Amino acid sequence: MEIFLQQLINGLTLGAIYGLIAIGYTMVFGVIGMVNFAHGDVFMLSSFIALIIFLLLTQILGLASIPLALVIVLVAAMALTGLWNFMIERLAYRRLRASFRLAPLISSIGMSIFLSNFVALAQGPRNKAVPSMLDEVFKLTEGHGYDVTLSLKQILIIAVTASLLFGLWYVVEKTPLGRAQRACEQDQTMAALLGVNVDRTVSATFVIGAVLAAAAGVLYMLYYGVVNPNDGFIAGVKAFTAAVLGGIGSLPGAVLGGLLIGLVETFWAAYFSSDYKDVAAFGVLAVTLIFLPRGLLGRADVEKV
Amino acid sequence: MTMEPCSSPLLSIKGVKAFYGPVAALKGISLHVDEGEIVTLIGANGAGKSTLMMTIFGRPQASEGRILFGGTDITQRPTHEIARAGLAQVPEGRRIFPRMTVFENLQMGALNGKSSFAQDLDCVTALFPWLGTRAQQRAGTLSGGEQQMLAIGRALMSRPRLLLLDEPSLGLAPLIVKQIFEVLKRLNRDEGLTVFLVEQNAYHALKLADRAYVMVNGEISHAGTGRELLARDDIRAAYLGSA
Ligand SMILES: Nc1ncnc2c1ncn2[C@@H]1O[C@H](COP(=O)(O)OP(=O)(O)OP(=O)(O)O)[C@@H](O)[C@H]1O
Ligand SMILES: [Mg+2]
Repeated sequence: MEIFLQQLINGLTLGAIYGLIAIGYTMVFGVIGMVNFAHGDVFMLSSFIALIIFLLLTQILGLASIPLALVIVLVAAMALTGLWNFMIERLAYRRLRASFRLAPLISSIGMSIFLSNFVALAQGPRNKAVPSMLDEVFKLTEGHGYDVTLSLKQILIIAVTASLLFGLWYVVEKTPLGRAQRACEQDQTMAALLGVNVDRTVSATFVIGAVLAAAAGVLYMLYYGVVNPNDGFIAGVKAFTAAVLGGIGSLPGAVLGGLLIGLVETFWAAYFSSDYKDVAAFGVLAVTLIFLPRGLLGRADVEKV
Repeated sequence: MTMEPCSSPLLSIKGVKAFYGPVAALKGISLHVDEGEIVTLIGANGAGKSTLMMTIFGRPQASEGRILFGGTDITQRPTHEIARAGLAQVPEGRRIFPRMTVFENLQMGALNGKSSFAQDLDCVTALFPWLGTRAQQRAGTLSGGEQQMLAIGRALMSRPRLLLLDEPSLGLAPLIVKQIFEVLKRLNRDEGLTVFLVEQNAYHALKLADRAYVMVNGEISHAGTGRELLARDDIRAAYLGSA
């Protein structure tokens, strides 16, 4: 029981990070029907940006307050990564949207390779260690031979994720921008006929996806204490799996899928072996798609040709 | 045959050609719509009527010729800017947003940033009162006629000077068609709304319209007042199913 509870906490933490990344996949797919292969690398990029800014603040500028530094890191990483993805979309995808359907996908594969190699060249291909910080751990149960713990970092991850999801919900449901996004998702031509600037809406979608992935990158750096230029690939594949599992195009689906993938992986590693945890995650996807081809919360009319 | 207007028309289309790939859908269309008029365009399936409506909004863009609205050239402008210039369209097949509520569909019609939202909403719900009481219904669950009225309401939310409608009567019961035509007539008379209407329902359209054009194979074949065209035997035979 204690082990179960502990894995639940760990799994939800990991799942929150996957969910934040998965939203970027699902939003971009929903609005322009494109799988953005470079999205995982945008997440990785943010973890490096976060580490660099953190070191700059604490070691070069001598900022003593870790919480303040982390707030600045989070905001700056989100802003810079959002800007970065804005430029990627302008340079590498926008002109290809009018081309054949796979063109932007192929371009995003190229962008993915570019980003991971760019970071590997600039920062070195090896793991970069993050200074340890916020190491408080709270015991939830004691005795019984196994203590269930909740770390400050886990609380932080859940809290930041929850507030970002609330913000996202607000933007998508309550603002003209969110309405324009949903309109473009349902009928791009009609949205344009009603005065929606489709290009700008697509830009905004890429920026929002990148901002959430950036937050995930910061949390990931904090949680695992190490970043690597190849992290984007595997996290990206997991988050994409989460998006498909939840039903690609569905925002609640992306979050649900992220949490499920995080849980499956964590439980598999705890009860069986950590060797095959990735296989378990993809296995759950495969089995789900057999019975629910559109994912858990997918809509009937998602397959645009 | 076309009468040239004395003052500059609200919409004027001059020698417009448009292509889908290599296929010409519009082969040099010239027509005009004056302020305060109801003008209708009739023609057989595939004549290019919907293409003309969309070309006015730049999708597809005219490859030759010019489109002027209120004297300014909009031929090369992007679609969303044209929508902000004072034209609104009720496109073929209604194209409401099915997964949005009725209210959200109307919000989409209001160009955002406009301050007169509440007032415009009042005008639209005065025309179609049920839009107000069923504001929270998902638009995809509305009946066909209701969706058509919503599409018209949505277009009117931007307070356009010119309203384009592409076969608003398609698939609707005669009573609803009559209702919709009444609304158009009233808006035209009371609010001075200019209307450019594509119709298969040629008899009603020709009776409603001040002037009419007939399109055949991407070209204008006839033009005249609604009454004149209604009186012509060849038009009656081709588009009204009676000799
Ligand atoms: N997206 C498209 N791609 C290629 N060809 C098209 C496209 N849309 C229309 N066409 C062709 O252009 C021609 C004109 O079509 P359009 O839809 O404008 O006709 P229409 O007069 O509106 O007909 P209807 O009364 O049936 O609505 C047709 O031959 C049609 O096949
Ligand atoms: Mg048509």
